[in-house]
Parts: sequence; C-alpha cells; structure tokens
Amino acid sequence: MSVREAVSRPAGRDKQPAAAATRRTPSRRQHRRNRRTSGSWWIPWLFLAPALILFVYFKFIPMAQAISMSVQDVRPYLGNLYVGAANYTEILSSDGFRAATWNTILLAVGQTFGSMILGFALALLVEGQTRKLTFIRSAAFLPVVVPIAVVAELWRIMYHPTGDGLLNQLLGLVGLGPSGFINDPDTSLASIVVTGIWRGAPYDMMIFLAGLAGIDRGLYEAAIVDGASVRQRIRHVTLPGLRAVFAILFVLAAVRGFRAFTEVFLLTNGGPNGSTEVVMTLIYKLGFEQNRLGVASAGAVLLFVATLVLTVCVQLLRRRRVA
Amino acid sequence: MSAATETALGLTENKSPAAKAAKLVIYVGLFFVFAGPLLALLVSSFNHVSDPTQLSVVPKSPTLDNFRIAFDHGVLKYLLNSFFVVGFGLLLQVAVSVLAGYALARKKFPLMTLVMVAILATMMLPEEILALPLTLVLADVPLLHLNLMGTLAGMIVPLGAWAFSILVMTEFMKEVPRELEEAARIDGAGEFRIFGQIILPLCRPALGVIGVFGFTMIWDQYLLPLLVATNSSAYTLPLALRTLRIDPVVTPGVVMAASLLALLPSVTVFLLFQRSFARGLTSGALKG
Repeated sequence: MSVREAVSRPAGRDKQPAAAATRRTPSRRQHRRNRRTSGSWWIPWLFLAPALILFVYFKFIPMAQAISMSVQDVRPYLGNLYVGAANYTEILSSDGFRAATWNTILLAVGQTFGSMILGFALALLVEGQTRKLTFIRSAAFLPVVVPIAVVAELWRIMYHPTGDGLLNQLLGLVGLGPSGFINDPDTSLASIVVTGIWRGAPYDMMIFLAGLAGIDRGLYEAAIVDGASVRQRIRHVTLPGLRAVFAILFVLAAVRGFRAFTEVFLLTNGGPNGSTEVVMTLIYKLGFEQNRLGVASAGAVLLFVATLVLTVCVQLLRRRRVA
Repeated sequence: MSAATETALGLTENKSPAAKAAKLVIYVGLFFVFAGPLLALLVSSFNHVSDPTQLSVVPKSPTLDNFRIAFDHGVLKYLLNSFFVVGFGLLLQVAVSVLAGYALARKKFPLMTLVMVAILATMMLPEEILALPLTLVLADVPLLHLNLMGTLAGMIVPLGAWAFSILVMTEFMKEVPRELEEAARIDGAGEFRIFGQIILPLCRPALGVIGVFGFTMIWDQYLLPLLVATNSSAYTLPLALRTLRIDPVVTPGVVMAASLLALLPSVTVFLLFQRSFARGLTSGALKG
C-alpha cells in the first residue's frame, strides 16, 4: 500500500478510476479484492455500530419495555408486579378506551378517505408542466411542511365558535352556521378530520402526481383513438394505473390517523365531553397524568398491533391482486 | 404526441374562454383553500389581533408589537432550542445513516439480512407509540445511567435511529459502480478513504433527500419533546405555542407571530430544496 501510494498518483483524487481499473487484468483484480474483504470482517460492523447502538437503545429496548410493562403493575420505587393480561382486560373493558377506539377509527377513516379523494382530485387538476401549475402545486403543498403544532394553533383560531370567527364568517356567506366547530361535541371530531384533510390531501396529491407521471402516455392516446371520453379514460386507464399508489397511500394515511396525537391534543385535548378522545391522547393521559404505565403500555401495544395488522393485510391484498 | 394526451384530464389543451375562466376559478380557489390560512397567519402576526375574531388576510396598521411581546415571553430562547435540536439531531441522523448505509450497500457479511430487516421493521413502529417507554429509557439510559429527561440532548439522541434515512442511503449507495471502488482499492485507498472520497461525494442527491426530510421531520416533532421537556427551559418553539396561547395576557396576534417563526424554517427548507423533497416523497412512499 505504501509503495503504491508513493509511486502512483494520490488515491481517491483520481479523475478516471474506472479507466485505470480496466488496464489491469481481471484475475489480479479479483485476487486483490478477495484478500482485502476477507481480511477485514469487522469493517462493516464498525460502520454499523452507531446505528445498531442507537436502534437498540431507542427502538428495541423501548419496544421490549412497552411489552414487559403491559403485563406488569408498574409501581415506581416499590418494584413491579407481574399481573398477566390484567392490564389488557382492564383497558379493553373500559368504556373510555372503547369510545377512544371508535373515535380513532372515525378519525382515521375520515382523514384517510377525505385526503385520498381530495388529493386525487387535486392531482388531476394540477397535473401538467406549466409554470402556473408548478406555483399552485407548491402553494398547495405548504400545509404539509408547516409544523403540526402551528397548524393546530392556526385552526383553533379559525374555528372560533362565535359568528365572527373566520370560518363562521365564511359559513355565514353561504347562509349557514354559526357552528361551534371544536367546541361542540357534535362537530368537534369532524372539525379535527377537516384539519387533518387540509394537511393530508396535499401530501397525497404529491404522491398521486408521481404516480400519474408514471402512466404510459400511449394508453391515453389509444383511449382517444378509441373514442373514449375523459371520464372513461380516467376510469379505465388512470385509476388502474394508480392501484399501487392507492394501496400505499391508504396504509400511510390510515396509520397516520391511528397515531394522531398532536392535532387532537392541541385542538381539543379530547374534549368537549370526551367527543374527540383518541387512543393516543388516552394513552398520554393514562401514562403521564395518572401514572398508570402498565395500562397505558397495554394500550400502546394494542395500537401497535392494529397498525401492524392493517399494514400486513393491505400488503397481502395487494400481492394477491397482482398475482 | 398531442397536448391532450399529456395529462389524465387533458385540461391544458382546452383553450376556449369558458374553460380558461373555469380553470382560473379552480386555481384561485385551490390557492386560497391551502395557502389562505397561512396568509391569514402571516398578516395577523403583523396586525393587532386582540381576540380570535380579528384574524384576517387584510393588513391594517402593520406593527411589530406581536413579535416584541413574543420575545418578551422567551420565544427567542425557544427558537434557539429548536435550532439546537434540529442542528445536532440532523447531524447525528445523517452521520449514522450514511455509515450504516455504506455497510449495508457495499459490504457482504453474515447476519446482514437480519440487520437490514431489524432496521426496516422499525419503520412500522410509529414513534408516538414508543414515546412512553422511550422516556423511561431516557430517564435512566441502560449501562450509562444517565438521566436525559429535561435536556435537549434527550430530544436529540433518539433522532439518530431513523430507518427511512438508512433506507434511502442504502438504496442509493448500491447504485455506485463497483469499478470505482475497486480502482481506488488498487490505487491503495483504505476503507475510510473509499467511503469518504469515492462513495460519499457521489451520494449528494441522497444526502439532499435525507437532509430535507430529516429537517422537516425533526422540526415537526411534538410528542417526544413534550415528554422530554419537563421544564419550560427545554421547550422547543412548537411546544411553547401552547403555553403562549394558555397565558391569559397573550393575544392571538402574539401566538400567530410565534407560529410564523415556527413555520418559517421548515417552509424555507421546502421552498429551497423542492427537488430533493419531491424525490424523497416518491421514493420513500412508493417503496413503502
């Protein structure tokens, strides 16, 4: 190594390394590589070490801890007691958790389908290469990159429940309202869904646009030659071409709905009257306000299982349809 | 190929005045639905907004009072905290991902598949769900027995374990031709030299993707900082918005001013690196 470094140009700064390599015989090259890679088995582990340590500390240990706490009565300073499935039966039989599960499902379904339908419509409308469209796309995408805490504070003000709140003024223009929005148990969950769609639809739009770009333009041409209307073209060419995109967005958006915390925490914190309590806000309250770590962990494990089942199911369905 | 076949709807080719007007209405509508609320935020942070009904997109007597009051309430400190967390967090995340990506993409070693699967599996683990036990780990880090609760370090260290960035780096590094590496080896370059001077400089697009995504992800974080920041001196700006709002003497205008400061960094990063953003969005999401 030292000899070669001394005689040849400095390694790594070489401008045509590929050309240099071809000058040497393949057998010699092979030999050198084998000797080098076999002599240093620990090199990959050295490069992996920081990642492995951090993943063990901040992903795997917490996961193991969640599972182990979920079968224990966690008592700080007193030592934990093994209680078997008691935490699970307790949380599953509590009305609060059932209501929260139902709210979470409603929130996830509303946000998922709302964002996907609106996102798909947006994608169709802003597809194209003109400068105007690029501008509209960037503007529409802004909600996605605004921190969720800002989104929640902003919508809190827009949802002001009196007639002169911003959104109520708009509702007034079309002769509706005023609505209580997040302050009314009947509309609070729907209001959170709307805020979620406002932030989720542009994200879905971007993914749909990428999917649309991948559709074979020849198929559109063929559809026109066959005399298909725009509606038929979308139904028979565009939608089938986006099937994989739909499946992925469905999983992403549904998981996003399941794990919803910040927007609920900041907009309503589960209120009014528990009408927007979701699983994550319930876990937060159990774990941090009431210090019931065992029961809270059981809830977290259940939520994790739900997201896992959902992901696996959609993947399986997708695979079967492709096959 | 005619213009009619370039998009699904074929909107661009319709040049009749009615169609043009309809398109204009749609685009202006879209703009106001998605950018309008942010415009209201921007304007209101420079207006006197003493109660929520005065939120508006019309500027009246612009003032910097909101920002002045926000700074009196420590917003500058919270902003600096946020920058500290995002700066060191992103540095750690990128460094860890680049190193791990190199091993996973360019090396063959026993247990490699297991390591890869273990890392990727954590992508299915929403961080909200892990937040609770994670705080217990942070309160007493195993073996080291450190208590990171209430410190910014407690928010930063967990950011190093981010599977998405490792995935992006691994996929990209696989594409770098073997010949480059072999040539460098023959010329006597060592492992770290190949990594630092051959592979890494070629991965600039992937670095852009994980940088931009890491930044917005970290800036957007809420639950973990909320749990880790046991006292307000460790608050990041997003956390401080709630305390500002609850404070009875603080007006919505001040909350909007602080919100503007909280959204500017991530919006700026997005606008500057839109290309990286689009690339990451599609590669990350479509590979699932």
